[in-house]
Amino acid sequence: MQEAMISKAKQLLADGTVNRVIGWKKGEFAYDITPAIFESAEEIDADFVYDDFTAANVSKYLVKESKKEGKILAFLKPCDTYSLNQLTKEHRVNRENIYVVGIPSDGKLDIEKIKSKGVTGITGVERDGDTLKITTLYGEETMPVADAMSNKCLSCKSKKHVTYDELIGEDGDVIDSDRFDMVEKLENMTSQERYDFWRGELSKCIRCNACRNVCPACTCETCVFDNPNSGVQNKAAADSFEENMFHIIRAFHVAGRCTDCGECSRVCPQNIPLHLLNRKFIKDINSLYGEYQAGADTTSKAPLNEYTTDDCEASIVHERGVE
Amino acid sequence: MLKISLENLGKLFDAVSEKQTLYIPTDREDGASEYKKYESGMKLSKNLNTIRSAKDFFFPQTENLADFKMEGKKIEVIDIREESEDFVIFGVRACDARSFTILDKVFLSEPVDSYYKNRRDHGTVVTMACTKPAETCFCGTFGIDPTAPEGDAACWSDGENLFIQANNEKGQAFIDSVASLLEDGDTAKLDEVKAKTKEILGKLPLANLSTDAFGGDTLMEHFNSEKWAELSESCLGCGTCTFVCPTCQCYDIRDFDTGHGIKRFRCWDSCMYSEFTKMAHGNIRNSQLERFRQRFMHKLVYFPSNNNGEFGCVGCGRCLSKCPISMNIVKVMKALEVK
Repeated sequence: MQEAMISKAKQLLADGTVNRVIGWKKGEFAYDITPAIFESAEEIDADFVYDDFTAANVSKYLVKESKKEGKILAFLKPCDTYSLNQLTKEHRVNRENIYVVGIPSDGKLDIEKIKSKGVTGITGVERDGDTLKITTLYGEETMPVADAMSNKCLSCKSKKHVTYDELIGEDGDVIDSDRFDMVEKLENMTSQERYDFWRGELSKCIRCNACRNVCPACTCETCVFDNPNSGVQNKAAADSFEENMFHIIRAFHVAGRCTDCGECSRVCPQNIPLHLLNRKFIKDINSLYGEYQAGADTTSKAPLNEYTTDDCEASIVHERGVE
Repeated sequence: MLKISLENLGKLFDAVSEKQTLYIPTDREDGASEYKKYESGMKLSKNLNTIRSAKDFFFPQTENLADFKMEGKKIEVIDIREESEDFVIFGVRACDARSFTILDKVFLSEPVDSYYKNRRDHGTVVTMACTKPAETCFCGTFGIDPTAPEGDAACWSDGENLFIQANNEKGQAFIDSVASLLEDGDTAKLDEVKAKTKEILGKLPLANLSTDAFGGDTLMEHFNSEKWAELSESCLGCGTCTFVCPTCQCYDIRDFDTGHGIKRFRCWDSCMYSEFTKMAHGNIRNSQLERFRQRFMHKLVYFPSNNNGEFGCVGCGRCLSKCPISMNIVKVMKALEVK
């Protein structure tokens, strides 16, 4: 796949379709890739990589990149295309300046999961069918690929690209995933159990804002929590509940817009399952307003932005006599 | 050397925690480890290091500095400082132990930061030698030997026993307080463990990372490097690297209106944040490039320039593991050292 992508990128650069390419750059180790912009065939040959660790969703970078001069080639995995579509719908990107090449993904690995099994001194990771072969300074290790699979890929919702200019390989389908299982488990808890679960998880937060900054739905130019003039700037929590509230507020803010790309949980240095908050909203929206997948298209009205008389809470507006 | 069997480590912890608050790195449910206040039965983590560094004990993420009460035009300043209790941090790695030396240079030089000094005076640091360094480790680059950690007292494990030695009076007082649990032990097996660890240290992928291209006299060359644009282009501007870093020490001081008065607090700041060093006139580091550059210039150029060549990094590798986009000081050093 990487070879096909490299030659596609070079071809599109050479024929002038695009003047830049956004993808991933290899790092020091087998797994520490960085999203990067490539401007020449030489740069691509030197550093471009697409492998088991290219989990990062590059869609959000297109908010800034698509406003620059010339077209940019973006390699997007199926889940990444939902983010781009949602950004297009919200007029956050200039879609005309983006040339999307859809690429398949058979699931990305999470190095933290490998390390959490006590594997260290990692010098190489190779996928051999369902087995992962890991070379380390302390000898060879193996583990099932599923044990090292990134959480966002374990409950993959779609192998389908919802926007692209061109595809490499065959397109896939929307998957009937088990992504709401844990949400249901939480719903079935007593309120005290649920409270304890979230207090336990959210109290690990160090307010690094990685979840917010990586989130393709969080594209405010200045977040209210960063703005000294907003009156609610929040550099430090006044009490131990404030960082809990931050995440709840953020989940509300992206409700109906979150495509469930899973980046928030992927980047959290404290392994907080933040995506579960968003999934609860998605599940509720589905049951209250009918099935809705943010980012599936660029034209439909979002359930939380629309009013109909058969709305689940239509009576509130009826009673006020607004209709 | 004095030793205690690893099986009896719990007894040692129990004995220490009877007299002082004891913190040890222990495993969480998700497999990561964090320092926690010791309670009987708690197990010492086998992980190489904690996600948050040990700097939290001396320089917490937030702390109150003073209270103000206002009545009419009168402002009363209330000193809320209290003498810290004695406490012990056990199991600190060599990298984090060195970070205290770096933080001391910032907070204990004149004017002395009394909040930091209070905790530093009352804290005893007991370190633990590394036996299984990770690929992300590069403490050797900064002259740290993880098989001979600093700290008030240092410990080594040979898999069966824990050996302990004092590095100063505070450390000796710690050892004296648990002397009845310790016995003299033979270090032959420990010497083998140390030798094996040293062999691995030589094979680490970052073993040859060098600071030769950096230091106080390289300011303009690096500051004006064209490479910052590329290095910083995908930085998310989050604070992960600065918050897990054992040496990052920037803070902000702010007032919080409780409705009954003002609480003046300080909290960690991050040079990666958009309002970092925002002054009355505006922002002096307007772009992410400038803020990103600040972090690495601080560690590799400004800090050594002000501190007799000592770098502001200890090579713990936390930023290498935790940066959401895997951009870090090693990649910056390797890019900048190429002319």
